[in-house]
Amino acid sequence: MRMIRGFTLLLAVTVVPNVVLAQTYPTNKDPRSTLKPGRFDAGIAISNMKQVSFVKKPAEFDTTAGLKFINSDLAFGTHYIYQANFAGFTIWDVADPANPVMMSATKCITSQGDPTIYEHLLFLSAEGAGNRNDCADGGVKDPKDHMAGVRIFDVSNPRAPKLVKNVQTCKGSHTHTLVPSPKDPRTIYLYVSGGQAARPETELAGCKNGTDPADPTNSLFMLDIIRVPLDNPEKAEVIPGARIFTGLDQAGECKRFCLPTDPRRQAAAANRAAANPEMPTTPRNCHDVTSYPAMNMLLASCQTHSILVDITNPEKPIRIDALVDTNNFQGRHTAAFSNDGTKLIQTEEWGGGTGPMCQASSMKELGGNTVITLDGKRKQKQRGYFKLPSAQAAEENCVAHNGGIIPVPGRDLYVQGWYQGGVNIMDFTNPDSALEIGYFDRGSINPPKGADVPQPPVDPSVRGGGNSIGGSWGAYYWNGLIVSSELDRGMDILELTPSDQLSANEIAAAKLVRFERYNPQSQPKLIWPPAFVVVRSYLDQLVRNGGLAAEQTAAISSALDIAEMRSGAARASALNELARQVDKDAGGAKDAARVRTMADEIRRLAAASK
Amino acid sequence: MTASRPIIAFTVACVLAGASSRAVAQSGMDHSKHRMGPEIVIPKGALYTKADVEFMQGMIAHHAQAIVMARMAETNGANPQVLKLSRKIDQSQVPEIIIMQDWLRRYGQFAPDTSSWHDMRMDGMLTDDELKAMSEAKGVAFDRLFLDGMIKHHAGALKMVDDLFKSPGAGQEVDANVFANDVVTAQTAEIGIMRRLLSLLPPK
Repeated sequence: MRMIRGFTLLLAVTVVPNVVLAQTYPTNKDPRSTLKPGRFDAGIAISNMKQVSFVKKPAEFDTTAGLKFINSDLAFGTHYIYQANFAGFTIWDVADPANPVMMSATKCITSQGDPTIYEHLLFLSAEGAGNRNDCADGGVKDPKDHMAGVRIFDVSNPRAPKLVKNVQTCKGSHTHTLVPSPKDPRTIYLYVSGGQAARPETELAGCKNGTDPADPTNSLFMLDIIRVPLDNPEKAEVIPGARIFTGLDQAGECKRFCLPTDPRRQAAAANRAAANPEMPTTPRNCHDVTSYPAMNMLLASCQTHSILVDITNPEKPIRIDALVDTNNFQGRHTAAFSNDGTKLIQTEEWGGGTGPMCQASSMKELGGNTVITLDGKRKQKQRGYFKLPSAQAAEENCVAHNGGIIPVPGRDLYVQGWYQGGVNIMDFTNPDSALEIGYFDRGSINPPKGADVPQPPVDPSVRGGGNSIGGSWGAYYWNGLIVSSELDRGMDILELTPSDQLSANEIAAAKLVRFERYNPQSQPKLIWPPAFVVVRSYLDQLVRNGGLAAEQTAAISSALDIAEMRSGAARASALNELARQVDKDAGGAKDAARVRTMADEIRRLAAASK
Repeated sequence: MTASRPIIAFTVACVLAGASSRAVAQSGMDHSKHRMGPEIVIPKGALYTKADVEFMQGMIAHHAQAIVMARMAETNGANPQVLKLSRKIDQSQVPEIIIMQDWLRRYGQFAPDTSSWHDMRMDGMLTDDELKAMSEAKGVAFDRLFLDGMIKHHAGALKMVDDLFKSPGAGQEVDANVFANDVVTAQTAEIGIMRRLLSLLPPK
């Protein structure tokens, strides 16, 4: 006994100096690091954006603490925002973004409720073991009441959504991703990622937990697929999934401590079945997958692996490439494509979203974004890392989370949520040095507290029992707005404001890209109409990066102003002449590619002016 | 230590204060013990079960030992990759302990502190002899013991989750459900990483 205590003390002494050495992330002294805490009266820091509106959660979803009623992700359709919650969903009418109007709050325990909207159908991911077919609270008493998979709601009447069907899957659904059928406009597919072990066969027929990734009857090691006939959603069904995980096994084995060495424990262990001793540690699921249907690609974010998949035939996805981060051990969470499909972002949810992983002491290489590029053979290459550059408090759950592309022509911009780290915009135009060009952040929900010592029990009905989990689940650009789903507080609508990092022309060009429907995990191709602000976006970028000499950019700017004052054939002729001049300018330009793209845009504008 | 890092500071303090914390926990030194604290009482209508409470309590002890192991890498000449992974484990599991303690306190259940690993030996946890061997090893020898030990330790955590979900009605409370799934995701991947790092060590 005495010896053991002495040993404990030795350990304790040896760990002390190293805590200081573990400091790897510089404290950032920007305004976000020192905001006043508070749920609804927290300090706000904002840069290159402005707040258009904030709405609190509906009363149905207001809560004490914990995850039971937190908001999750967003989907966008016509003038509605569909905001999911672990206990249901809210439909907001945002025809006037300054005054979102709640159409309905539908209570249905559906953790985590990852949403997709398609026409009048709203799809929600259900994963938790306590979710029931009837949506009610109280947990699953009889396994036949358990709902894990995708719920389908009819939201034709946004004031009265109706549950149409629960599609059950073996692993449940943590997230799902829309892939339209290239052949049949009345069919869509949902690629389902479920993180749980397969349900027992007694609960759902055909489910099986196996260790062989190639076993066609194994429910693990498979991306599940649901086929939905849009005109008969009640006939939505699970079809054979995609075995995109076979052959990813890594080398290595357990040598010394893999079996219990204590004889008593060993004897005890011999009497009970081992927990899948041969289970491969390579991915058997993804956190989620991001489809880019216009390019027939899918990027699957699967813990250690970033897996690129061809979805030309949505019923038969084929793995093209897999990338492992062998340097920093990042886990994969969510992906996005650059509009041209040559750059990829993989976010990493270190700590699962509930941990404070953006503190000054937190490892910089974890919990951020990785930029990946694709070569001509669609092979992935890991490039730069980017993490929220502002140190957050110990009370703030913070890590890279969901986001989407901002449609600025000529640049790759990604807006995303970092939970209580707030919202920010990353420019990854240069894949080796991504940088931040704007942010919005609040102080922590809870004030600083003491630490790891025994504390009295907390009254569960009182807020403040432990740290509230909050912040931005995801932030997305949609039809001129940035919308952020706040887990604990509600929903923020933001707008870009001009700065030296993003010009008024670039913001105006982004506003030209409008979508009737937007599901961020099913990435739409961005197409800009011919417009002066599009041309001027490229021009502003050339001024900003010095890609073309100042006298030339000034001359082009004047020529554009003159052309804009004309109309019809006269404008077209002026623009065509300008395009010819810009072609010549490209020859001596530092950023010749951008100058040529601008010339093409000028010609496109000329063609549209006739 | 700066003011912004109270959690790690306190964790170290609790390891230092292990002996006195044990007294608070009113627990003996039976190393086969799988739980500590007062008898667990589950209120009527609760969405969690005794297995959930035992899982959270046991996993605090399990994580606390992992943190002690991970911090040995700082002084024992671990190679840079092993060191990076050990820091990842340290920084991952410290906040998870806070989450588990918050969960237990929210439901009025006993929340062990980080000294509890001395008294609770959950699946995959190392014996004192194994820890001692690891603390005395340096360089490649340490890396091997650390990786072997932590693989076993992580496998034990996966088994604890497996047992939790096999227990009737357990794992349904949403915070416990999300937390347990996060443990599986993170630690399964880390076992893979550790097996690869093990395969890269020079032969004995």
